[in-house]
Amino acid sequence: MKIYLKIWRQKDASSKGKIVDYTMNGIEGDMSFLEMLDILNEDLISKGEVPIEFDHDCREGICGSCSLQINGRPHGPDRLITVCQLHMRSFKDGDTIVIEPFRANAFPVIKDLIVDRNAFERIQQAGGFISVNTSGRTVDANSIPIRKENADKAFNAAACIGCGACVAACKNASAMLFTSAKVSQFALLPQGRIEAAERVQNMVRQMDLEGFGNCTNTGACEIECPKGISLENIARMNREYLGASIKG
Amino acid sequence: MSSLIKSSIARKLVMALSGLFLVLFLALHVTINLTSVISPDTFNQWSHFMGYNGLVQYIMQPVLIIGVIVHFVMGIVLEFQNMQARSIKYTKFKGAANAPWVSRNMIITGLVVLAFLGLHFYDFWIHEMTYKYIEANPEDPTRYYTETVEKFAPMWRTLLYVVSFGLLSLHLWHGFASSFQSMGLNNKYTPSIKSFTKIYAVVIPLVFVFIAIYHHLNPITH
Repeated sequence: MKIYLKIWRQKDASSKGKIVDYTMNGIEGDMSFLEMLDILNEDLISKGEVPIEFDHDCREGICGSCSLQINGRPHGPDRLITVCQLHMRSFKDGDTIVIEPFRANAFPVIKDLIVDRNAFERIQQAGGFISVNTSGRTVDANSIPIRKENADKAFNAAACIGCGACVAACKNASAMLFTSAKVSQFALLPQGRIEAAERVQNMVRQMDLEGFGNCTNTGACEIECPKGISLENIARMNREYLGASIKG
Repeated sequence: MSSLIKSSIARKLVMALSGLFLVLFLALHVTINLTSVISPDTFNQWSHFMGYNGLVQYIMQPVLIIGVIVHFVMGIVLEFQNMQARSIKYTKFKGAANAPWVSRNMIITGLVVLAFLGLHFYDFWIHEMTYKYIEANPEDPTRYYTETVEKFAPMWRTLLYVVSFGLLSLHLWHGFASSFQSMGLNNKYTPSIKSFTKIYAVVIPLVFVFIAIYHHLNPITH
């Protein structure tokens, strides 16, 4: 396949970026999207040009590192996958593919397609933990009975890999889906109830401080989330937050 | 409590509660308006009651005006904050791939409804205030039907009503069910709430439009 690429190039955080055109020949449908970028980078290096910087790590849809906006959608056109799971068979010969970094003021571009997603880390640090006795008498979590429905919902929320696709897809650059998943994974379990009130208040406060937008319930985040995190989590976070704030 | 007031979730809650209040008011408004088609006398009685009852005039009316102002001011504040959250826009953004137009453009439909409310206030509220408090006219329980029907005589005003209520329908289509999500309600009743929202968003504006067209086509002949 012949593919025309339009890729955001930006030297560093303080430089102004621009879209640069590249043409790729001999692209196979079985190649992953990141392999295609690897080939492009090898070509650029062989020409003495600076390769394109992009985030990647596990390349099996678990780490949440790969964060590309592909043809106007985070992680590309296919649902429930990350960029590393996207294959070139999803595109046709002669297609033009626009590749940009995830855009949000809370995710500043570091270089080319790499953005700084430490805002998510700070939200996690604000409340993404539980009180567990680790002094040698730790109670096995499996010995605590948990309602099946709650266990499933907590597990589904915990499947969030913090990739930032929710922020990238949201027209408001809101981080509510991410934050609500992190709130929910604890709020639904007995171990998480101990700090539930402080957790939701602290995480929402940090989310607001980071400069993410407000959720307007468009549902775009849920559609684009590679792990299928549900909007139900945002409603739960709203409930938890309002309840905690009213109780003081 | 102080952190609640400043939080994004509280802003969503304010939008939801004020929006739901306005949704309820629409049901009352359309019910009274519908009597103008069924029974002019009943319409006059209701309108006179609404225009001169102390509870309606001095408590419900100010609450309604505050509700409208809060909803629109908060909507505009949220829109500005959301625009600031992404100062560098995407070269290509496929918003339609993951969210319907109505959900993504509440500010557009909302501003059209706001502009319509300006005309509506000029047509009815300013007129009423002038009649009662500036000109100090005596009470006349029989004038409302005639005044209302005459308002729909010009084609442009009737058309403006049709377009505005079309946009209100789109606004309700997203906003009604969305307010429950903002209040933290997403459970087994959500599909029913979404279905009811769609019915409400179509039926209520459609009845308003029907009333406007009916009066335009059936003018009072002196």
